[in-house]
Amino acid sequence: MSDPFVLGGISLTSRLFIGTGKYSRNTLIPEVVASSGSQVITVALRRVDPQSQENIMNHIPSQMTLLPNTSGARTAEEAVRIARLAKAAGLGNWVKIEVISDQKYLLPDNSETIRATEILAAEGFVVLPYMSPDLSAALRMKAAGAAAIMPLGAPIGSNRGLKTKEMLRILISEVDLPIIVDAGIGRPSEAAEAMEMGASAVLLNTAIATARDPLLMAEAFREAVSSGRKAYLAGLGPVEEAAVHSSPLTGFLN
Amino acid sequence: MSFYETVLRLEQLPYETLWKQYGTEDVKRALLKERLDEHDLQALLSPAAASCLEEMAQRAQQLTRSHFGHVMQLFTPMYLADFCVNHCTYCSFSSIYDFPRKKLGPEELRQEASVIAASGFRHLLVLTGESRKESPTSYVKDCVKILREYFSSVSIEVNPLSIEEYRDLMEAGVDGLTLYQEVYHQETYRKLHIKGPKRVYRNRLDAPERGCQAGFRSVNIGALLGMYDWRQEAFFTAMHARYLQDKYPECEIGLSAPRFRPYLGEFNPDSEVTDRALVQIILAYRLFLPRAGITLSTREPATLRDHLVHLGITKMSAGVSTEVGGHTQTGGTPQFEISDSRNVQEITDMLIANNLQPVFKDWDILTGDPA
Repeated sequence: MSDPFVLGGISLTSRLFIGTGKYSRNTLIPEVVASSGSQVITVALRRVDPQSQENIMNHIPSQMTLLPNTSGARTAEEAVRIARLAKAAGLGNWVKIEVISDQKYLLPDNSETIRATEILAAEGFVVLPYMSPDLSAALRMKAAGAAAIMPLGAPIGSNRGLKTKEMLRILISEVDLPIIVDAGIGRPSEAAEAMEMGASAVLLNTAIATARDPLLMAEAFREAVSSGRKAYLAGLGPVEEAAVHSSPLTGFLN
Repeated sequence: MSFYETVLRLEQLPYETLWKQYGTEDVKRALLKERLDEHDLQALLSPAAASCLEEMAQRAQQLTRSHFGHVMQLFTPMYLADFCVNHCTYCSFSSIYDFPRKKLGPEELRQEASVIAASGFRHLLVLTGESRKESPTSYVKDCVKILREYFSSVSIEVNPLSIEEYRDLMEAGVDGLTLYQEVYHQETYRKLHIKGPKRVYRNRLDAPERGCQAGFRSVNIGALLGMYDWRQEAFFTAMHARYLQDKYPECEIGLSAPRFRPYLGEFNPDSEVTDRALVQIILAYRLFLPRAGITLSTREPATLRDHLVHLGITKMSAGVSTEVGGHTQTGGTPQFEISDSRNVQEITDMLIANNLQPVFKDWDILTGDPA
């Protein structure tokens, strides 16, 4: 079955995006890439150090599409600055905008994110804004030139799953852009559920990086994302509260 | 509103009986809670919690790994100057000691910086004694302008400054502020700080808040453990951190748990802080403030540091000298004796053996000319 996900002009077969920040060693990265089958990997520019032998970039397989993120930015200006530095450092023109002005829950600041989206999209970046699921903010990000919208499922690092499910459903149905669920997914079943709902992809880090066996967990997520996508394409039956007769109201016609 | 008002309220609590009110069931209840309150914090610091250290450690470890990952950020301090006008009874830089004082000039600074940077560090903490004459803000600022050529993050640990002075240093490239209250107990504070501007308790207490207002990315606070009853000092420190975190959500609030170390003089602290007590304090900090960075210094011995890396610590220093120019010169006076003298490679190896990734770079200085 051919079901490519085209994003920023690139055709992807995997709908599982992964992170880099929490592994016990960077040498796990290529192994997780292989086990997850992922083709897009996000990396915080703040961790990139071209002068160091241990530079995280040396561990990212060359076939990967890089998604530099603006982790650490507290304002639109800082995010813009970090995105430009990433581009200048040769990390490509994709960017995940992450503007967080709350260090307690690490929730994204939608209004600053909209501003940064506007500036960076105009500069030709493929902009993927990480956001708190809110319809009007998502529509503004689309108008500002975002290539996809990345709403959170739950606070980052919380492994709590799709706590924002109802809002995600609204974004998926109302925003004419790919929706990539980013943050909060702790279990493969939750990734599958996001895909069944019609998300175009999911992005994960903590759930894989902090598993006892990250490689096995990466494989589990690969299968879950693929299953969830297939279920979405196949068309799920409606959920009923109780068993239903086949045609209780019109059966007399037969 | 200042944290001082909270200090005045907390000072009224009946600590002699308060710690005894808590039982292990209070500790266990705190472990199940999402957001811990003042009473949970007291329970975690109470004698009852001593028998629950393993459960506390399990939860602390889990919170730390999900929020920070399997990583440990590394940094090293650099002493710029040891001139000091204060007399603090526990410090070798105290004005009463007669030793040749020094401060780094631009060339010495470059030499020191390149040696430190060559060992892999990208995050630097610069320190001075307090001397408006020898190491004023303008001196620190000039140093930072040079240091940013070598490091991707520069924090300061200097005497309390005004918001304007902090802003001035931020423009030069400083992104973090470390400032320890040393002692929260006011009477003890006055006893230990005999002479100099540091005697003014409130000026020091409000300085981290001024740092938040100035807009530093991170502000790190702490009590020098051992100067007064550790439960009370840890309680005040954590409450101070919570106050700053609630009021300035855009700033990363961090904590340190430095224990008193031998120095030039004869002063002996009043309240011994055992290893068990230190562990209890660190775990209480982590559980009460799940997102806060917690720093562990080389004041602690290597074997203990190796165990503490799993208990909530997110930042460690390594390759430390507490002398001015200690990386390239000899004959300086250390501010205090360190315990863990391992070099960067040894600390890196230890972390890897403990399944932790050493992180040397976790920020880029964004001030100055746009890219």
